[in-house]
Amino acid sequence: MSETVVNDHQWKMVIDLDTCTGCQACVVACHAENNVPTVGAEEVRRGRSRHWIRIERYWDGEYPDIKARFMPVLCQQCGHAPCEPVCPTFATYHSDTQDLNVQVYNRCIGTRYCANNCPYSARVFNWFEPYFPDPMQEQLNPDVTVRGRGVMEKCTFCIQRIHYGEETARKEGRSMRDGDMVPACAQSCPTHAITFGDFLDPASPIHALMESPRAIRLLNELGTDPAVTYLKGGDSNVG
Amino acid sequence: MLADAQTKFKNLVWPHEENPRERLLLDPIPQEEMNQIMLKPMLSASPAYWLVVAILAAIVAVCIFGVWAYQIRWGMGIDGTRRPVGWGIFISTFVFWIGISHSGTFVSAILRVFNAEFRRPITRAAELMVTISLACGGLFPVVHLGRMWVVYFMVPMPNQRQLWPNLQSALVWDLLAITTYLISSTIYVYLPMIPDLAMARDHTTGWRHALYKITSLGWRGAEYEFHYLHKALNIMALAIIPIMFSVHTIVAWDFAMTQQIGWSTSILGPYFVIGAIFSGVSAVITLLLVVRRTMHLEYFLRPEHFDALAKLVLIFAISWVYFFFNDFFVEWYGGEAAGHALLSFQMHGGLAPYWWAMLVLNIVIPLGTLWSKKVRSSPIALFLITIGINIGMYLERVIIVPGFLQRNRMPFNWGEYTPRLPELSIAFGTLAFFILLYMLASKIIPLIPVWEVLEGQLSHSRRRIGQTVVTSVADLE
Repeated sequence: MSETVVNDHQWKMVIDLDTCTGCQACVVACHAENNVPTVGAEEVRRGRSRHWIRIERYWDGEYPDIKARFMPVLCQQCGHAPCEPVCPTFATYHSDTQDLNVQVYNRCIGTRYCANNCPYSARVFNWFEPYFPDPMQEQLNPDVTVRGRGVMEKCTFCIQRIHYGEETARKEGRSMRDGDMVPACAQSCPTHAITFGDFLDPASPIHALMESPRAIRLLNELGTDPAVTYLKGGDSNVG
Repeated sequence: MLADAQTKFKNLVWPHEENPRERLLLDPIPQEEMNQIMLKPMLSASPAYWLVVAILAAIVAVCIFGVWAYQIRWGMGIDGTRRPVGWGIFISTFVFWIGISHSGTFVSAILRVFNAEFRRPITRAAELMVTISLACGGLFPVVHLGRMWVVYFMVPMPNQRQLWPNLQSALVWDLLAITTYLISSTIYVYLPMIPDLAMARDHTTGWRHALYKITSLGWRGAEYEFHYLHKALNIMALAIIPIMFSVHTIVAWDFAMTQQIGWSTSILGPYFVIGAIFSGVSAVITLLLVVRRTMHLEYFLRPEHFDALAKLVLIFAISWVYFFFNDFFVEWYGGEAAGHALLSFQMHGGLAPYWWAMLVLNIVIPLGTLWSKKVRSSPIALFLITIGINIGMYLERVIIVPGFLQRNRMPFNWGEYTPRLPELSIAFGTLAFFILLYMLASKIIPLIPVWEVLEGQLSHSRRRIGQTVVTSVADLE
């Protein structure tokens, strides 16, 4: 590893649970952007849904005084990720330049140790060869690998869009700015509940959001240092 | 003459009378007769034997390799594993076989180091279990891989990208520990076998003679040869004990080095080691009872050997209970919400039938029966109790591996795991594989270390002192 590595970016995400309506637009957008196949009702019943981002729905209270609470959960891109040290082949490791938790599909041998050790159960496994029913295979994103069977995968914070943003910026002779890219989930959210930004960019709006008194981080007590912050008000109908 | 000796010991009364001459085999018969008792079942095989071998081989071919090929073709999805249960029956069965492999090392190495005389006739059969059960257990980490065809990524070897395995990962420790154990236990089973192979060489012809001639390494039985053999055995016995402890501790660390509730606890290492020896020693009893009956080794395997082994099982049952409650009560009083969810899932949730069955088979039955001399001298009772213990220990592994993974800190992600036919078939297939390998080995390898028995008999003498006769032991080393 080079000794002159500079953290170019520290990607962070803020999800406002008070504006999330649980509409699942982010889930669909993620499937389309990242070539995530659908698996059918039978496999979902077996607990093998393939969403990289999912809407967790919790019921609060008893009928009729009941509230549905929604929480979009994706890979938290932990600063101290439990999945990284357990992988025997370095298929999952920490990218210093992006401050992301990245997955190398070619190195993965499918021990599923990382998935066992993810407190957010954010990782999904390719139990079978991916299948895209006609005409779905016509809309595959050429920038993203289709993963074969036996490989672990998870949310990448749309790393292909990050790289595209960096290359475009380099072409224009500047460094990448906050807002040059948004991940598919944030782009598709109708209520703008998801904000994405670079922590190293002082102008980024995520600074103000992360310092909000409503800010919480998921299972923060485990010391995983997640990059995703949730905003949750006292009396909202969600979260 | 041989037939006489065989019928005499077959009719030995269970429970046997307290005849001191029967203890420690202090009723020597001519060496040649001992050799023949061992060699006769090795050199002849009944049609029933070949029928059983053929059935087992068919089971192994279909249930392990057929199903495995199918799984490689279609993917791990044919099994029951799911989110959040990444490890299922495969890993449970892996831990089970690695646990069984602790039998031989414990019975043989520890009893050898402490000069426990009753070990002499039983060491070989137990040591052989180590190698064979490691072969069975070693299949599973490969079988359960999503992409088993790139399993060599885990092996530290030079490659173009200069990538080494991640030495932080407990799975890499596991790989190194198990290969070390496999190599050292194979050496350890081979060394004391050399004089017996030489004995077999001198009594056989044809391909067997050629095989034993090579494997006995020109053993002549000279004094200096025994001197070096004893020295090598002492070193190996002492060296393999820490390896044995480390292997099962590292298997436990595969689980303990995580943040999963129920797994992340420092007691897991010693708890697994004790559990492994508990199930291993029980398996030695089960196996010796079968070997004794089918190979007519009643002269060598006496009631007092089973009595001594059953006492060991009783001690390890008590130790296992100690560790079980250490684990259980700490979680209970710890009061973490997720931990409590897991405990109630065990006591009255989906795991309850297995959990209570485990407690009955591992605690109630052994502790309730093995204190009794009558039970310890009944082959049928011992057979059933030790089989029960191994079923209980298997359930324990099922509870700890896929059982615990079903609960975590985010209730949305809880999930029920039901094993499906392919994984059950491969797990069952390794039982057939174990029996098959052992049956084949029993025709080639002398299961009783005849030279060690003889050595024990020669070093003991009966002396009359005043009104009593005492057994005196010559200094061995």
